Amino acid sequence: MAERAGCEAARHERLVEALAGGLEPVRPLPAPGIRAALWLGAALLAGLVLVAEAGMTGFMLRMQVADLALAAIGAVLTAITAAYAAFATSVPGRSNRWALLPLPPLALWIGASGLGCLRDWIAPGTDIPGAHTITGCFSFLICVSVPLSVLIVVMLRRACPLRPNLTAALGGLAVSAAAAALLMPVHPHDATATDLLMHAAAVTIVIAVNGLAGGRLLVPSSRAEPV
Amino acid sequence: MILAVPAGLPACGWSLAPGSEAGQDAARAGGRHGSGARMALEEELANLMASAQRGDAAAYRALLKACLPVVSAIARAQGVRGEAVDDVVQDTLMTVHRARASYDPARPFMPWLRAITQRRAIDRLRRAGRRPREVNDPLAYEAEVDPGPAPEQGLEARDRAASLARAVASLPEGQRQAVEHLGLRELSLDEAAALTGRSKGALKVNLHRALKALRTSLTREAE
Repeated sequence: MAERAGCEAARHERLVEALAGGLEPVRPLPAPGIRAALWLGAALLAGLVLVAEAGMTGFMLRMQVADLALAAIGAVLTAITAAYAAFATSVPGRSNRWALLPLPPLALWIGASGLGCLRDWIAPGTDIPGAHTITGCFSFLICVSVPLSVLIVVMLRRACPLRPNLTAALGGLAVSAAAAALLMPVHPHDATATDLLMHAAAVTIVIAVNGLAGGRLLVPSSRAEPV
Repeated sequence: MILAVPAGLPACGWSLAPGSEAGQDAARAGGRHGSGARMALEEELANLMASAQRGDAAAYRALLKACLPVVSAIARAQGVRGEAVDDVVQDTLMTVHRARASYDPARPFMPWLRAITQRRAIDRLRRAGRRPREVNDPLAYEAEVDPGPAPEQGLEARDRAASLARAVASLPEGQRQAVEHLGLRELSLDEAAALTGRSKGALKVNLHRALKALRTSLTREAE
């Protein structure tokens, strides 16, 4: 028993020496809020480029419709809170309850978007988009999500997510909400049931891909063997 | 095992008894040092980590050594037993190394370390849970011994640590210093003499008297 304890102590000693011997200085990561702001800044930059391209006229007109405005606010708030929650849960010692933060804005986003399903009854004669336009929106959401996902995964990997699947799913939620918010300035029509379904599919795909692949991506790949 | 306490810390090796919540045990069992020792330990570990982030290998070495008993205690508190505790210690140290940039020096160190250790302990328990065990053969199932200490052993160890801490605290100043530096922190006579300003002879006499007094008081308490 004492022999085993001595052997284990020597094993720990060897590991400590190996880790201390190869120590390199590191810069402490900025606070989760700052890292989330940096990522959101990149998304905002993309939004400004889109607004410059598409103009604000159509967007301002749509924002006068209550449910569309609420859906836009919900998507933006979801992106902000989910990004913060993802970065907070990537740091050991921070509460996992941060994961609950995006739920209220998510409810607002989903609820307000759901009103779009009733648009045919609320406002008959609304411009119904064709299949081609809807496919365009779907492609837009996926295309915008890919670079934002890559960026957030790279940033999250710098910390140490102890629950990588949760952190990755929150990152995916932030990405899909940001992509949906970015779509709004260039959205050529009002929301409808088909449109909403396509959005939901794109959002689900982005969250699922981030949650599944991202969970693995956030785990260190080159894990050193125990000494 | 006596904890390798970083220089300048009160001797609180007994406070990190197995089975206790590492961040709280210094307060529970550290006798009169109590929360003061805990805060000192917390601050010292945070300072060591901040130095390690700047590339100070000596500080990093001291930090990791000071973390060993803490990590073991947290792993045991999570339900890890036997040899698996040492595997959790190894996994945790490697995660600490990889994640050292994620520690914010402005925040306390212990929650950061505890979160990593708990996660690695859970990972270990999950892996062990996936390993097949014989459950269909009643004899083999019954004969499978839990290699870890019995549940009450942690409590007993904590009680023993607390009564030892009380007994040491009740010693006269000179004797207490001799026990803490020579017995608990395992300093050499020269180091203890330099630290306390007492002669080596006086320290030896004090240690001898202290051990005698402790033997008497602990025996009386046991009876």
